[in-house]
Amino acid sequence: MSFLSPGRGMESALQRQRMTQVLLYTLLVIGAFLAMLPMVWMVSASLMPSGEASTYPPHFFPSRLTLAHYTDLFTRLNLGRNLLNSAFIAFVVTFASLFINSLAGYAFAKLRFRGRDRLFRVLSTGLVLPVQVAMLPLFLLLKNLGLINTYWGVIIPGLASIFGIFLVRQYALAIPDEMLDAARVDGASEFRIFWSIVVPGIMPILATLSIWTFLATWNDFMWPLIVLSDASHYTLPVALANLSGEHVQDTELMMAGSVLTVIPVMLVFLFLQRYYIQGVMAGSVKG
Amino acid sequence: MGITSALPPSRRALFALLALTLGACSSASPRELTLRLWAMGREGEVVSQLIPAFEREHPGIKVEVQQIPWSAAHEKLLTAYVGATTPDIAMLGNTWVPEFVAIDALEPLDSRVAKSVDAPRKDYFPGIWSTNVVDGATYGIPWYVDTRVIFYRSDLLSAAGYDKMPVTWADWRTAMQKIKSRMTPRQYPLLIPITEWPPPVILGLQSGSPLLRDNGQYGAFHDSAFHKAFDFYVSLFHDGFAPALSGSEISNLYQEFERGNIAMYISGPWQIGEFSNRLPKAMQDRWMTAALPGVGGPGVSLAGGASLSLFRKSLHKREAWQLMEYLSRPEVQLRFYMLTGDLPARLGAWRDTSLANNRYARAFREQLDRVVPTPKVPEWEQIATRVFEHGEQAVRGRKSVDQTLIELDNDVNGILEKRRWLLSQQRQRKLATR
Amino acid sequence: MKVSRASLRMPAEASTAAWFFLAPALFLIGVFFFLPVAASLLLSVTDFDIYGIANPANTRFVGLQNYVKLLHTPDFWNALKNTFYFAFVGGPLTIAVSLGAALLLNSRLVRFKGFFRTIYFTPFVTTLVAVAIVWRYLYHTRYGLFNYGLARLGIAPIDWLGDPHWAMPAIILMAVWKSFGYNMLIFIAGLQSIPEELYDAAEIDGAGTFRRFFNITLPMLAPTLVFISVITMIGYFQLFAEPYVMTQGGPLRSTTSVVLLMYEEGFRWWRMGYAAAIAFVLFIVILIATLLQFRLQKQEHA
Repeated sequence: MSFLSPGRGMESALQRQRMTQVLLYTLLVIGAFLAMLPMVWMVSASLMPSGEASTYPPHFFPSRLTLAHYTDLFTRLNLGRNLLNSAFIAFVVTFASLFINSLAGYAFAKLRFRGRDRLFRVLSTGLVLPVQVAMLPLFLLLKNLGLINTYWGVIIPGLASIFGIFLVRQYALAIPDEMLDAARVDGASEFRIFWSIVVPGIMPILATLSIWTFLATWNDFMWPLIVLSDASHYTLPVALANLSGEHVQDTELMMAGSVLTVIPVMLVFLFLQRYYIQGVMAGSVKG
Repeated sequence: MGITSALPPSRRALFALLALTLGACSSASPRELTLRLWAMGREGEVVSQLIPAFEREHPGIKVEVQQIPWSAAHEKLLTAYVGATTPDIAMLGNTWVPEFVAIDALEPLDSRVAKSVDAPRKDYFPGIWSTNVVDGATYGIPWYVDTRVIFYRSDLLSAAGYDKMPVTWADWRTAMQKIKSRMTPRQYPLLIPITEWPPPVILGLQSGSPLLRDNGQYGAFHDSAFHKAFDFYVSLFHDGFAPALSGSEISNLYQEFERGNIAMYISGPWQIGEFSNRLPKAMQDRWMTAALPGVGGPGVSLAGGASLSLFRKSLHKREAWQLMEYLSRPEVQLRFYMLTGDLPARLGAWRDTSLANNRYARAFREQLDRVVPTPKVPEWEQIATRVFEHGEQAVRGRKSVDQTLIELDNDVNGILEKRRWLLSQQRQRKLATR
Repeated sequence: MKVSRASLRMPAEASTAAWFFLAPALFLIGVFFFLPVAASLLLSVTDFDIYGIANPANTRFVGLQNYVKLLHTPDFWNALKNTFYFAFVGGPLTIAVSLGAALLLNSRLVRFKGFFRTIYFTPFVTTLVAVAIVWRYLYHTRYGLFNYGLARLGIAPIDWLGDPHWAMPAIILMAVWKSFGYNMLIFIAGLQSIPEELYDAAEIDGAGTFRRFFNITLPMLAPTLVFISVITMIGYFQLFAEPYVMTQGGPLRSTTSVVLLMYEEGFRWWRMGYAAAIAFVLFIVILIATLLQFRLQKQEHA
C-alpha cells in the first residue's frame, strides 16, 4: 500500500497525462487538417464559378456554388462514358481475378503435387520484377492479338496477380488439413471442397483482395494510357490526364473531373474499410 | 425448296431461320459505314459542327470525330499506328507528315488530287503545299495554315513610343526595353514558354540556318547561323524581357495578357479566336497582331499548319477522300475559319470579305508569304524536343550557349544515326542493282 | 478393415485437380508477364524502333550497344539520380511520418482512433492522377494555397514546379502525403503485436518515453520496418504518374524518373530496343536495392 501513495503524486501524474493528451490530440487534428486540405479544396474549387480559383488572395470557399462544371463534364466532355469504362473494367477484373487467384492460392497452400514449392518460389521472384519491364513487348503482343484499344487489352493482363495468389495462399494455409481430408474421404471432388469449405473459410481475405483489386484497377494509369487510344474507351484517370493537357486553363473544370474520379473509390473504401484495413493489418503481421 | 424438302420439319425451320438471318444481313445497306476522323485541340472540338452537312450529302456515311489534345497527339497517333488502330483520316501537324510517310502509314494522294474539283493543287499556298510532298509524292491536303506572328498589347506598345511593331531584331529589343521600363518586376514584355520549340527554331530559320545538314543526316545547331540566333534567343531571357516559364506553368495566359503582365506573345492563328472570346470587350481594341521581326528586316516564320491525311490501312478510302474533299471546299474552309479562327489553306477562301477585312488576319497573310518548312525528316519531332530541352539549360544559365549547342548537335547526331544507316543501305542497294 | 480410400485416391487426383486450379493463373502470368519480360531482354539487344515496326528488316542486332549508349547518356544518369533522390529522401520521410502517425494512433490516451485512422488513410486510396492535378494547382506560384500559406508566414513564394531545385521536393511532399496512410496501418499492426509486459517492465525499471521507444519499440518493429522499407523503395523506384502529369519531367529534366524516361523513349519516340534496355537496368537496380536491404537486416540481427 505504501508505494501507491495517492495525493500529490497521483495528481501530477494525471496532470501530465492530460497535457500529453492535449498534445496528442493537437497533433492528430493538425495532421487530419493537412491530410484533408487538398481534398476539401478540390471539392470546393469544383463548385466555384470559372476563374475564381485563380485569384489572389486565394479563395478557400466558393463565393457562390455552381454545378456548371459537372454538367460540362457529362455533356460536352462525355466523361460519363469514361466513368462507365472504369467501372466495367474494374468490376470484371475484380471478380474474375478473385476467382483465378484464389484457385491458385489455395492450390499452392493445400494441394500436394510435385514441384509445388519450387514453382511457388519461381513465381515469387516475379514480385521483384517491376511491371514496366513487361510493358513494351506486352504492347506488341497485344497488338498482334488485335487487343490494342480494347477493354480486354486492359483487362487481361490484370486477371492474375502474383501478389493476390500470395495473399490467398497465406490465408489458406491456416485451414486445418483434417477438414479437407475428411471431405475427401466423404468423396467430395477437389473443386467442391474448394467451393464449399475453403472459400467460406477465407472470406475475409477475399473481401480484402477484392477491394484492393478494385481500387488498384480503378486507379491504374500507365497501362490504360498506353493501350487505349480512343477517347471513348479511356478510363477516368486517362481521360482526366487527357483533359488536363487541353484544359490547363480551366482549374475549376479540372477539379470537378478529379472529384468525379476520386469519389467512387472513396465511397468503396469508406463503406468497406473494415475489411480492407483488417486485411492490410492481418497480412502484415504474418510478415 | 431443293435439299431442304428432304429434311425433317424441325430442320427445315432451322434452315429457314438461317436463310432469313443471312438474307437480312446481306440486304443491309452496303454503304452504311463509319469513318473515323481524329483531330487535335480546338479544331477537334469544332469540326463536329461541319459534319452534319457532309452526312446529309452522303447518306450512309457516318463520321465519328475524336478529339485529342496537342500535347498527346503525336504519341497517340504513333501508338495507333503501332497498335494497328489508326483512324481513316487524321489531322496531322504538317511537320509530322514526313515521319508518317517514313513508316509507310499514309496513302499517296496525287492521283486523287489530279482528278479533284474540290481540292485542286493550284489553289493552295505553294510553300504550305510543299510541306506535304515527300520524295515527289503528296501525302496530305493542307487543311488550315499556321504560322507564328506576334500578338501584342497595342496600347502598351504605343505608350512606349511605337505605333507599329518593329521589323528588325535590334529595334524589337529596344521596344521591349522601353516597355519593360514601364513595368513592375513580375511583368514581362514577352512570353515565350521555354518548353516550346518554335521560338528558337524560327529565330534559327530567320538567320538562315538549315537546322540539319547533308540531307538531314547531321545537326547544324553549332554552326554560325543557328549560333547567332540562339544567342539572341537566350539573351531575351537573360535581359529580363521574357520569364523562364514552362508551358504548363502559365495557368491562364489570357488573364495575364489582360492584366498587362505580358505585352507580347508569339503564337498562331487559333489565338485570334481565343483572344476575341476570352478577353473582355474593353480589351478588344487594345491588342493586335504583327509579322515577326527578322535579323535585318521582316523575318520568316514557320510553314506550319495541319493537313488531312489518309491512312493506308483505312478500309474506306473512297468515302474518306470524299470527306477530305468536302472539308477542302472554300465555303467549308471559310466556315471552319469562322468557328476556329484557323486560317484557310485555300487561296480562294482568302478572297472572302470576312477574311480580307479581318484586321488580325492581315499579319498572317503577310507572314504566309515568308514561310520556311522545317527539315522533313521523321525524327524531327524528337529533335525539336531536344532543341528546347537543351535550350532550357542555356536559358537557366546552367550551361553556356556554346556548350549547349555542341551537346545538342551530339544528341541530334545520335538520333539521326539510324537514318544515316538506312540511307547508306539504300545507296548500297541502288549501286547493287545498277 | 477398410483401407482409407482417401490415401489411395489422393496423390493422383490432387495432382490433376491442382493443375486445373493453377492453369488459368499460370497461363495468364506466364503469357502476359513472364514471357514479355523475357522478350524485353531480347528487345534490348536490338535497335527495334519505328522503322522496325514499319519493316522488320530495318532492325539490327546490336548486342550490348543499347546499354553502353545508356551509360554514356547524361539524361539517363540524370533520371537515375532523380529516381534515387525521390526514393531515398521520400522513402524515409514517408516511413517516418507513417511511424509517427501510427505511434499517435496507438497511444492509450487517444480516443476516436477509427475516425483519425480513416482520415489518414484516405489519401492513399485516391487516384494518383486526380490528386496530382489538384496538387499542381495548389503549387501554383501566384494563386496556389501553399504559397499563400507561406506568404502569411512572411516567407517569399516558392516556384514549386518551375524551379529545378524545388520540383522534386514538391513531388516528394505529395508522395509522402499520399502514401503514408498505408505504411501507418502496417506499423499499427506491428505496434499492437508488441507485448504490453515489455513496456510495463521497462516502466518499472524507470525507463522514460524515449528509452522505451529506442530499446523496445524500434527493435520489436525491426522486421516490420524492413518489410515496409523494401516495399516502399520498390514502389518509389517506379515513379511515373506524378512527373508525367505535373511537370512532364521538367523543369530542366529535374523530375524525369527512369520509368518516365523509358516511357518517353519507348512509347513516344518508339525506340523500343533502347527503352527495353532502360527497363532492364531499372530491374537490376531494384533487385540490388532489395537484396542490400535484406543483407543489412541480417547483419543487424547477427
